Amino acid sequence: MRHLRAIHVVFLRDFKKFLRERSRLLGALARPVVWLLLLGVGLSQIVQSGDGVPYEQYLFPGVLGMTILFAAFMSSISIIWDREFGFLKEILVAPVARWAIVFGKALSGTAIATVQALLLMLLVPFLGLPFRPLGVLGAAGAAALTALCLSALGICLASRLRTLESFNVLVNFVLMPMFFLSGAMYPVSRLPEPLGIVAHLNPMTYGIDAMKHCLLDLPPGSALGQDFPLGWDLLFLAGFALGALAFATWSFERSGRD
Amino acid sequence: MSIIAVSQLVKRYGDLAAVDGISFEVAPGELFGFLGPNGAGKTTTIHLLCTLLTPTSGRASLAGYDCVREPHRVREAIGLLFQDTTLDHDLTAWENLVFHAALYNLDRATARDRIARMLDLVGLADRQRDLVRKFSGGMKRRLEIARGLLHYPKVLFLDEPTIGLDPQSRHHLWGFLHTLRKQREMTLFMTTHYMEEAEQCDRIAVIDHGRIIALGTPGELKRLVKGEMIYLTTADNARAVPAIREVFGLDAREEGGRLYLEVDEGEAFIPLLIRRLPVAVLSVSLHKPTLNEVFLHLTGRAIRAEEADALDVAREAVRARRRRDV
Ligand SMILES: Nc1ncnc2c1ncn2[C@@H]1O[C@H](COP(=O)(O)OP(=O)(O)OP(=O)(O)O)[C@@H](O)[C@H]1O
Ligand SMILES: [Mg+2]
Repeated sequence: MRHLRAIHVVFLRDFKKFLRERSRLLGALARPVVWLLLLGVGLSQIVQSGDGVPYEQYLFPGVLGMTILFAAFMSSISIIWDREFGFLKEILVAPVARWAIVFGKALSGTAIATVQALLLMLLVPFLGLPFRPLGVLGAAGAAALTALCLSALGICLASRLRTLESFNVLVNFVLMPMFFLSGAMYPVSRLPEPLGIVAHLNPMTYGIDAMKHCLLDLPPGSALGQDFPLGWDLLFLAGFALGALAFATWSFERSGRD
Repeated sequence: MSIIAVSQLVKRYGDLAAVDGISFEVAPGELFGFLGPNGAGKTTTIHLLCTLLTPTSGRASLAGYDCVREPHRVREAIGLLFQDTTLDHDLTAWENLVFHAALYNLDRATARDRIARMLDLVGLADRQRDLVRKFSGGMKRRLEIARGLLHYPKVLFLDEPTIGLDPQSRHHLWGFLHTLRKQREMTLFMTTHYMEEAEQCDRIAVIDHGRIIALGTPGELKRLVKGEMIYLTTADNARAVPAIREVFGLDAREEGGRLYLEVDEGEAFIPLLIRRLPVAVLSVSLHKPTLNEVFLHLTGRAIRAEEADALDVAREAVRARRRRDV
């Protein structure tokens, strides 16, 4: 009971701050829209799938993935901010299990990222995609599962990083590769061997793939279509989330005392 | 039964022993002070006691629980006011307290009640809906104290509680702490480098370079200094020191451009000093022993509150800059 309460309050703190900072939310939503407009529309002149589906439609699940990636990581990385500005001490000296703190953080990252993905899905009709309530619901579920994986992963990293300076390194060497090696812009089956392996271990790959299943209406065998069956996507995500949460708890616990 | 028991506690960072084998005990209800200059190991000691750090060796227990093996129990028993602020600046004062109440699992009705009372007590009731970001340093400090007390800890740690406060707020805070101590049995463990604050403690440990070099009531510590302390500046300190030894048989020591020496009867000694010293005396002052003189006596160095203030300002500036960079 007291653990649930701790999870809830850690979650609530982050979520409240997210709702309060409208400008940050707008910024977070502007990025994917710009990507869709500039990159999607621009590349659709060059990239032709041969089946008449415009490239910006293919790109949409990828852009959702990007939004989730940034939102979930930003939320988890706030642990570094908390450490830097002292608030983490307030949490660490409280009689609360470390895993409850990790779960609260992971859930807030998940919720924040999922809300952003849901807001973006308002674009579905404007991209000429079919609007199916069940499809959007399924995509939201896949988004939440992906967000949970990425939030937990973010907590692992945040437990290791000591300073805000390392944040840029993180963006360049973790976020960017995760995005590009995820099937967001091109199918992972086309990647050369070493990169392909990385892509196959990347939870974003399966999240984006699942969202493609739910949102796109592709002719069978489409060159830019899904790489995996939906069931496998969800299974991988669920397994990854559990593993990452366990690892995040371990990392956080270890970083708490030195 | 002591509420805090520390024995041979050591914390090393590489070659540096931040805490170097300290032992002491604190009785329930005591106001116990740690007095020492910057880098003495005060904060490190608190972090060891509050389970944020693991000792390199030695033992510490709090409220009967071992700080390493039963951290959860220890955490339940303590409240903290850290040296640097640990408030969430993006939440309101009230939200900060609600967060704390939930972490300590206070039931909702009790929490609401206590939060209102604490906010009243620290004079922030009318600002409770404001973001902490908008608070002055003193208001933040008071809010942190309210928060540290919210779960009625057995032991309250105060790491330089009045840092960055003006004399008036400092006074206000002390009044508040004394009232609180009268109301409920609570042990206070505080660190400071302000002498006036150390004077208010029941007992003081003087700490330097990670070691306790003296421990006792303020009165006992002051008795370590034999008589009175004379400070003087001369035209030529290098010549004055041997001259004083020759003429009066006293050891004068130099500290920060001033000479100081301990004498039995200061008022009678000063005219003699001026008359018989072959070096021109520029200024003289006489001090009945305070803890400052005690520290000087023990270490040959002064703890200067002014220096501390300058450092606080620098620290605050660094922190403000970092915050802006984010
Ligand atoms: N994480 C750390 N890594 C390395 N050295 C450290 C660390 N934390 C503290 N120290 C060192 O340990 C010593 C004691 O530091 P501590 O913060 O306990 O001093 P303090 O008595 O609280 O000083 P102040 O009055 O400035 O707050 C200092 O020399 C400090 O540089
Ligand atoms: Mg300190």
